[in-house]
Amino acid sequence: MNLNKLRSSKLMVGLFTVMSLHLVTGDADADRLADVKKAGVLHCGVVPGVPGYAFPNKEGKMVGFDVDLCRAVAAAVLGDPNKIKTTKMKLPVAFNAMKAGTVDLVTHRFTWTFGRDVGQGLDFTRVMVFDGQGFMVRKSLGVKSAKQLDGATFCLSGGATTQGNVSDFFRKNGMKFKQVTFGSMGEAQKAYDAKRCDVYATDKFGLGARRLSMTNPDEHMILPETMSNEPISPMVGHGDQVWKDIVVWTFNSLIAAEEFGITSKNVDDMRKNAKNPFIQRILGVTGKFGGKIGLGKDWAYNAIKSVGNYGEIWERNLGKDSRLNMGRGKNILYTQGGLLISPPFR
Amino acid sequence: MQTTANQFKNPEPAPFKSGSFWGWLKINLFSSWFNTLITICLLYLLYAFSTSFINWAFINAVWFGDTAKACPNSNGACWAFVTDRWRLFVYGLYPKEDYWRVNIVYALAALTIISFLFSFGRLKKIFRISMVTILPIAGYILLVGGYFGLEYVAPENFGGLLLTLVIASISILGSIPLGLMLALGRTSNLAVISKVCTYFIEFWRGVPHIVIIVMFVALLPIFIPDGSKIDVVVRAFIAFAAFNSAYMAEVFRGGLQSIPNGQFEASRALGLSYWKMMGYIILPQAIRNSIPAMVNTCIGIFKETTIVMLIGFSDLLGIIQISLESSDWVGPPHIFSSAYTFAALVYFIFTFGISKYSERLENRSNVDS
Repeated sequence: MNLNKLRSSKLMVGLFTVMSLHLVTGDADADRLADVKKAGVLHCGVVPGVPGYAFPNKEGKMVGFDVDLCRAVAAAVLGDPNKIKTTKMKLPVAFNAMKAGTVDLVTHRFTWTFGRDVGQGLDFTRVMVFDGQGFMVRKSLGVKSAKQLDGATFCLSGGATTQGNVSDFFRKNGMKFKQVTFGSMGEAQKAYDAKRCDVYATDKFGLGARRLSMTNPDEHMILPETMSNEPISPMVGHGDQVWKDIVVWTFNSLIAAEEFGITSKNVDDMRKNAKNPFIQRILGVTGKFGGKIGLGKDWAYNAIKSVGNYGEIWERNLGKDSRLNMGRGKNILYTQGGLLISPPFR
Repeated sequence: MQTTANQFKNPEPAPFKSGSFWGWLKINLFSSWFNTLITICLLYLLYAFSTSFINWAFINAVWFGDTAKACPNSNGACWAFVTDRWRLFVYGLYPKEDYWRVNIVYALAALTIISFLFSFGRLKKIFRISMVTILPIAGYILLVGGYFGLEYVAPENFGGLLLTLVIASISILGSIPLGLMLALGRTSNLAVISKVCTYFIEFWRGVPHIVIIVMFVALLPIFIPDGSKIDVVVRAFIAFAAFNSAYMAEVFRGGLQSIPNGQFEASRALGLSYWKMMGYIILPQAIRNSIPAMVNTCIGIFKETTIVMLIGFSDLLGIIQISLESSDWVGPPHIFSSAYTFAALVYFIFTFGISKYSERLENRSNVDS
């Protein structure tokens, strides 16, 4: 039995050595940019369960709106949009991963709220989708506006902001509603599809895709009203201002690119020939903007070249060029009456 | 007093030839009016179910297409989704240029299975041992890469059937030796070892598998400052192997306890050391007795691999789920019921194979004894 004892004690020593080695090599990292450059790969947390945002294509490559945002940052920082790693993260997992620093960027569809922004150890970057909650009803209901929904039954998921928004909207308009509450969005959607309620409510840019997944999509319509303000923003860990600047300004460059008509196709031509000083500064022809955030002068050029401007990203993943065919809503440039605006590159 | 029968028994009708088809039918299905009634009812149910299944799965099914538009009718299966995305299901997110590496590993795995299914005379042992050694080493080098000029592929990119098989085989192959050691430890006479093993087993058995996976993946980096540097896939593998080794340990303990005390005493009396006693006398019998329960646990492990979906991995079930988020395949519910039916079929083929193999193993080891 001595042998037995000896072996197990050796095993314990081995285990402790391994564990302590890990403790010794650990270093506190506050320099996310250096870490990402060292790792050579950008790790993004992406949204699960919403069509069009992050999914594998036929060839096993991740694509989608979220993934393109991630690729843009990878292109800006590492010069290669393919150096990304994406993980689908549900809400609590994403928050934990952010705190533990296991992800560099979370592009999950989180609404930017006070409660989530303050004291959670994370920072919202900039609003990439201006969403709002909407209603879906059966066409056979004969309703043209949410104001005609007095007495309707709603399928809602418990705990989500949807519930509060619906009751606010109805109180404001002096109407009454009944609700059936479910554990998740998916269950609520199935119940609505099985005709347990008249109305299904969630974010509008989710509704478009969810309509397609009904048993018979043509039976349903989305009402024009938007009853809440849901600014959706990617997040980074709290406290690393350089990293946050990089992410925010990469996203800004995508929006500015649309404003100045820079696309993934004409970006080379623009860099050579454009006389507009804003374009020259974005593309790194003049000014040394990249260097000021620790990147090369081609950072924004690389991002735009690899994923295109905001409009291209939208149309490719959610809009005309995809089966979802969603309109852009308020996600058009401020010059066209929308909410998208990039602070000037100056 | 009469002690013998003075009358012959009435002659019975000749027995049915139970070997013939009609005889078999009569005896097993129509032996009384009540059984006949049950048979007819069940046949009707079988007929009703199978016609609607055949209609759904074959006649009304759509086999090819590249978007959800190909499958507008909910009365038929949408195999188009499976045929369009089969690469994802087989290779996951593995880079397309490197599929050949996965193919070689699949071929090696098939060869390993063949080496255990068939006997090759004198070469049998060498063949099996070399396959069992080659497969993990070659599998690691080929799949992960980074050696011999092979491009490194992060384990996160494994997915689909590949990930399911890798996780299942690592946890099965890891948990059997670990479980055996724990079982020996728990039944050991040394108080410290026995206590440590007992607590280890009770801890892992006492916590739900999902909790352990989430703990290892999401919380470990918070507890251990450097935890995030251990690859997340490796963390998941450790969690799987440790969790399942606790169950395996109990299986082996059951096997050990089924060995009568006389066997231990006799080996002691012969002057065998602990390891010789275990190696030559006890374990061969104990392991044989544990085979059914062991296979049961293995099948459980294989099916449980699906919970890695919760931590963002895309095993076979996970990849189906995220493929349904593709804008091409957002569509009515019958698309994912078809996809899930396909997944069920794949899981069934594997678990059924494992259980058939265990049957053979049991029969063969009975012959030996």
